[in-house]
Amino acid sequence: MNFHTQYFDLGRLDRLSYRRTAVHSLDPRAKVIATGLFLVTVVSFPKYDVAGLVPFLLFPVLAATLGEIPIGFILRKVLIVSPFAVFVGIFSPFLDTRTVAVIAGLPVSAGWLSFASILLKFALTVSAALLLVATTSFPGVCHALRRLGCPPIFVSQLLFLYRYLFVLAEEAMRIVRAWDMRAFAGRGRGATVFARLVGVLLIRTLDRAERIYQAMLCRGFAGDIPRLGTLRLRSVDLVFVAITAVFLGACRFFPVTEGIGLLAQGIWR
Amino acid sequence: MHMADALLSPAVGATLWAGTAAVGGYASKKLKVQINDRTIPLMGVLGAFIFAAQMINFTIPGTGSSGHLGGGMILAILLGPHAAFLTMASVLTVQALFFADGGLLALGCNIWNLGVYPCCLVYPLLYRPLAGEGRSPGRILIASVLSVVIALQLGAFSVVLETLLSGRSELPFGAFVLLMQPIHLAIGIVEGFVTAGIIGYVAAARPEILESVAAARPVGAGVPLAKALTVFALLAVLTGGAFSWFASTQPDGLEWAIERVTGRGELSEAERGVAAVLRGLQEKTAFLPDYGFKAAAAEPAPAAPAAAWPGIEAGTSAAGVTGAAIVLVLVGLIGLGIRSAGRRPGSTP
Amino acid sequence: MSHHIIEFKEVFFRYPDGTAALRGVSFRIVHGESVGVVGANGAGKSTLLQHLNGCLLPTSGQVTIGDLNLTAATRGEIRRKVGSVFQNPDDQLFMPTVFDDVAFGPLNLGLDKAHVRERVESALSRVNGLALKNKPPHHLSAGEKSAVAIAAVMAMEPDILAMDEPAANLDPRSRRSLIGLLKTFQHSKLVASHDLDLILDVCERCIVIGEGRVVADGPSEDILSNRTLLEANNLELPLSLQRR
Repeated sequence: MNFHTQYFDLGRLDRLSYRRTAVHSLDPRAKVIATGLFLVTVVSFPKYDVAGLVPFLLFPVLAATLGEIPIGFILRKVLIVSPFAVFVGIFSPFLDTRTVAVIAGLPVSAGWLSFASILLKFALTVSAALLLVATTSFPGVCHALRRLGCPPIFVSQLLFLYRYLFVLAEEAMRIVRAWDMRAFAGRGRGATVFARLVGVLLIRTLDRAERIYQAMLCRGFAGDIPRLGTLRLRSVDLVFVAITAVFLGACRFFPVTEGIGLLAQGIWR
Repeated sequence: MHMADALLSPAVGATLWAGTAAVGGYASKKLKVQINDRTIPLMGVLGAFIFAAQMINFTIPGTGSSGHLGGGMILAILLGPHAAFLTMASVLTVQALFFADGGLLALGCNIWNLGVYPCCLVYPLLYRPLAGEGRSPGRILIASVLSVVIALQLGAFSVVLETLLSGRSELPFGAFVLLMQPIHLAIGIVEGFVTAGIIGYVAAARPEILESVAAARPVGAGVPLAKALTVFALLAVLTGGAFSWFASTQPDGLEWAIERVTGRGELSEAERGVAAVLRGLQEKTAFLPDYGFKAAAAEPAPAAPAAAWPGIEAGTSAAGVTGAAIVLVLVGLIGLGIRSAGRRPGSTP
Repeated sequence: MSHHIIEFKEVFFRYPDGTAALRGVSFRIVHGESVGVVGANGAGKSTLLQHLNGCLLPTSGQVTIGDLNLTAATRGEIRRKVGSVFQNPDDQLFMPTVFDDVAFGPLNLGLDKAHVRERVESALSRVNGLALKNKPPHHLSAGEKSAVAIAAVMAMEPDILAMDEPAANLDPRSRRSLIGLLKTFQHSKLVASHDLDLILDVCERCIVIGEGRVVADGPSEDILSNRTLLEANNLELPLSLQRR
């Protein structure tokens, strides 16, 4: 993925997170906890389970639709990062060839089941993470982390990182553009030139860090980053977490998919 | 290479998260004492720098493929181990959120693999002694290449171990190691040279800037770290042990079912050789791999009393397929319904 | 009101690398004066401004703000009096949202929450930026950023305002509203800029710096219409005074 795509994807995701929908206005803590529960529940499924995972698709679909997040955008990002999971999973069908089921006359090996399970888990977990940040502003996520017990030093510098991410990415983009314009036919694209470019970026960054520090001093900074607490848990947040927990628990401990299948078969007959 | 949620079992994920959180807590505590006013903004801005630098690709000599910066070692050189670790952790957190690199559960593993090794282990134990206090470019080069290579080898090997212990993939240990280690050796060498190049360039162009960074850098760091790390390693092993003991108290329903259905004797061709050895190994260390929530497996499921959950018999798997299809359609309809309902009142932004 | 006075007496400043940036700068600004600082690139304007908030301390000579001499011990106190607006708003807006950024100074002054909120809202509405409250700074346009940077400084209610190149990167309309805004600030202010029309509009007095010294000091209309003086300092007549 080239620099520009990455940069604009980053910006797009960031902009989405400042929208105002019902999902966006939930307390960030509630969303962080719900996402955490979701992830743990999904990965806790045994490696051959595929059917049990399907109902969990409801969670990202609801988050994306109610949060007015374009699903295609999220799917594309999921695809972009998928190679590692595919690479690790693709060996299963060849190594684990025991037949465990016959579906519509075709024997299905355990390996295919576990591969499908990996892919489904991958799609679920990655989209959940992306949707968390697409429906919660990053400062919101940070304040949630702070309130959930993350060390204040970590959270403070995480906020600085976010603040200067776009500034430095733009600076890097200007450097890359200047580089592209003068590197011809693959020449001058190697590691040495790269090291020098990044060195330039590093020098500018360190200079900037010093100016920022001065600006902070000018406004009375004395080692502490004060903040007005603005998070307030409402009952709707608690209800959201409770419903999520019940849904996750139900889908984890009861064979919902098989149940629906059996029911449908029963009606059919 | 980032570890992914889909390849993790909750036990492995939780263990690495516990280890990472412990190191993070320790680093924050250390920093609180050593901190200098300008450290926090410097950490944040350097984190953003690593992030931006990672978005730039360069051509790896002789291969035509492209590489990018890892960053842990540069941060450690500039900030010292504790601050560098926290900064690397936040770079990986932002990547996990914005680029979906890895995942949030795997974030613990990724911070461990790409943060703890370079910043807390390799930097104090290898880079510092090798590079010394002087500014000799030769020593810096040797120190960076060796340190980055070793940190990456440790990280890559950890990815293999974490995947293996999670038991979600069938990839045999030997093959996985043979794939991961050489690739990361090559990446490490290039990255080591690039790291030395960047530091060398800044040292030559603006020597005073490195000194002022060194002044902003938290004091101390070094010797007691190794001791602390031993404690954390022990802690991680203990937590892992506790989890796995919990996991192994009940036999895994699915494994048991598969064994009953297929029988142990019918090992396929592929399962001899490496895979068989691996399986043997896995069985000896088998408490971790197939950890899951066991309650459901132990009790017959109320909705489908005939089948032990999750069913492997043909009848129930057919039900599973039918059910999955129905659920998929339902989910899709719900999504479409909300979307069109949302559009109608003209609430589009 | 002696506390709005700025006085430089024979101020010298040498950077660690040996560059002498200020070589004997003296001037006195009284309460309510609005002073422009102009000069060629590298003449020492930014260095001079950094002495106002104690980011730099004079190598020799004396800087007096109000009734305090600038030293390492008094710079904390002096920073409460002098509001500094930096050249690049991205360096100055370091908090993740506009609200947090404007609240940073007042919170550091130790004000209680209700009071902080009040200050933030009034500062933001003064620069017409109340609607930007919950946005992150990187979503703002250059004009909005500079407005918020000014609000962040004004929320601290400083006695003196020091600005470095406030109109750089602004489109003509944002520049015009900045000029309007600066005119509403009644206390002493010091504006360093290459934008001579802005200086002519906002400041009644103008100091020309050249090679670390005060080359000229007087009413803006006189100085900014002196073509020989301006051209000797790499400057030119303000557009509004050029006849074609």
